[in-house]
Amino acid sequence: MKLRKNIATSETGFIFNPATGDSFAANGLATEILQLLKQDRSPADIKTHLLNRYDVEPRQLEKDWDDLVAQLRDFQLLD
Amino acid sequence: MKQRYERPLIRKLNAGPLNKFGSRSEAQAVTHVDGAAVEDLLAEFGSPLFVLSEKQLRRNYQQAVRAFRTRYPRVQFAWSYKTNYLNAVCRVFHQEGAWAEVVSGFEYQKALLNGVPGPQILFNGPGKSRAELQLAAENDSVIHLDHFDELYELLGLAEGLARRPRVAVRVNLDAGVYPQWDRFGFNLENGQAWNAISRIVASGRLELVGLHCHIGTFMLSTKPYGVAAQKLADLAWSCLTQLNTPIQYLDLGGGFPSTNTLKGAYLPGTDTAPSLDEFAEVIADTLHRAGFRPEELPLLILEAGRVLVDDAGYLLGTVLATKRLADGRRATILDFGVNLLFTSFWYDHRISPAGEFSHHTEDTVLFGPMCMNIDQLRESVNLPLLNRGDQVVVHKVGAYNMTQWMQFISLRPAIVLLDAQGRPHRIRQAETVEYLQQLEEVPGHLLPAAVAPTRPATAE
Ligand SMILES: Cc1ncc(COP(=O)(O)O)c(C=O)c1O
Repeated sequence: MKLRKNIATSETGFIFNPATGDSFAANGLATEILQLLKQDRSPADIKTHLLNRYDVEPRQLEKDWDDLVAQLRDFQLLD
Repeated sequence: MKQRYERPLIRKLNAGPLNKFGSRSEAQAVTHVDGAAVEDLLAEFGSPLFVLSEKQLRRNYQQAVRAFRTRYPRVQFAWSYKTNYLNAVCRVFHQEGAWAEVVSGFEYQKALLNGVPGPQILFNGPGKSRAELQLAAENDSVIHLDHFDELYELLGLAEGLARRPRVAVRVNLDAGVYPQWDRFGFNLENGQAWNAISRIVASGRLELVGLHCHIGTFMLSTKPYGVAAQKLADLAWSCLTQLNTPIQYLDLGGGFPSTNTLKGAYLPGTDTAPSLDEFAEVIADTLHRAGFRPEELPLLILEAGRVLVDDAGYLLGTVLATKRLADGRRATILDFGVNLLFTSFWYDHRISPAGEFSHHTEDTVLFGPMCMNIDQLRESVNLPLLNRGDQVVVHKVGAYNMTQWMQFISLRPAIVLLDAQGRPHRIRQAETVEYLQQLEEVPGHLLPAAVAPTRPATAE
């Protein structure tokens, strides 16, 4: 899974897709995930990292991950 | 220690016109009601849970009385039972001095059981049976006549009674409210009301004590009350001058709005609803100018319902699930639906998370747990990122929900009253399967057979 090359992400959670002209706002965790995806970390790797860092059940993270990915796809932010 | 988790959220920023729904977040945590923790209440009494604030009930009542008594010398409130007839709620208002306004035999019985003296019960409604009329007459309650059939029934009944039944005439009139509520009572403009009054007086068998109207509900303008008060006062004058019958009271009904936000309204109800002071001003001013001598001023009766109880009621509940709909919208499923929150058909109820959240919010549809398409509480509301198990508080649900709720698909929950110290008292138990089964009867031929039915033969 890869974020589109030219997508701009800021640390404050502002995202811009120059291809479509759409902009987005992300909260802290979504911003963090996008940064990690940009670094080409694998989903499994990112999830392990998050489980270590945040107080969350794997089940909940799995559900929220799937939802985020579906959204990214919907917003045409994935390759 | 691990960091607090908030699920990832990404939201498209719209450059288009302002989104009417998403523009204002209702996301403010409400962790306590009258000092009682939401979490504790749900742990003790189960989720969902209706909660009523006794402090707010009393405050509302006292403010309403003050609004009218400071402007008019003779005022009496009659609690509109249908708005919320939980005994505890009725008794709070009766303790504060309210009479009872009932619209059925069932409500009439409740008022008696709550210790309301017969003469302080006003019996409205189009569907009183002969037996109910008789009971009300024997208790010296005031029967608010709704139609000629009822009038003739009562005239017949009165022949056999020791005392003349006391009656009021419910009048419907054009107060500039459309569509006009003309299905209750006798119409003023076409002469029906005068006809009824004349027959009552001519019969000599009934004592005409009052004139009543209830022009609508959730009225957002004070003007119609001025019109209605003027028309009732004129009618009372005619009774006095043409029939030599002084009218003891004018009952202007209820209809004063709470501060809820009507569905589809652009501005919140807190910004649009006139206050009780403004309504009182118009009504009192009209009656003072109507020409009564000070010692002849009729008693002013008010049957305010929702404005006295709506903001004293809360519905606490729990998130069952969140999901995403086909079009990408977020949906949140709660453990209460339109079965308990009947007024979500009228209002965009304010709903708050009961826990602390970050400033990130999202638009979500709110669904109840019914397996029915109609079970939608809010079409779109901006809330923090809720998860299964999170608790929420719905505001201003005191009017009509605890009477119009449906026992449909699931059981109805407990109701708690928080006293002046914020201590919870259960005032209605949660329903149980046994409670509902009690009323059902199964015909003998559907009970288990003594001999097990033979198995149908199957083809070899
Ligand atoms: C006769 C009568 N009085 C009073 C009320 C209370 O109305 P509200 O809750 O709008 O004040 C009603 C409600 O429909 C009513 O029918």
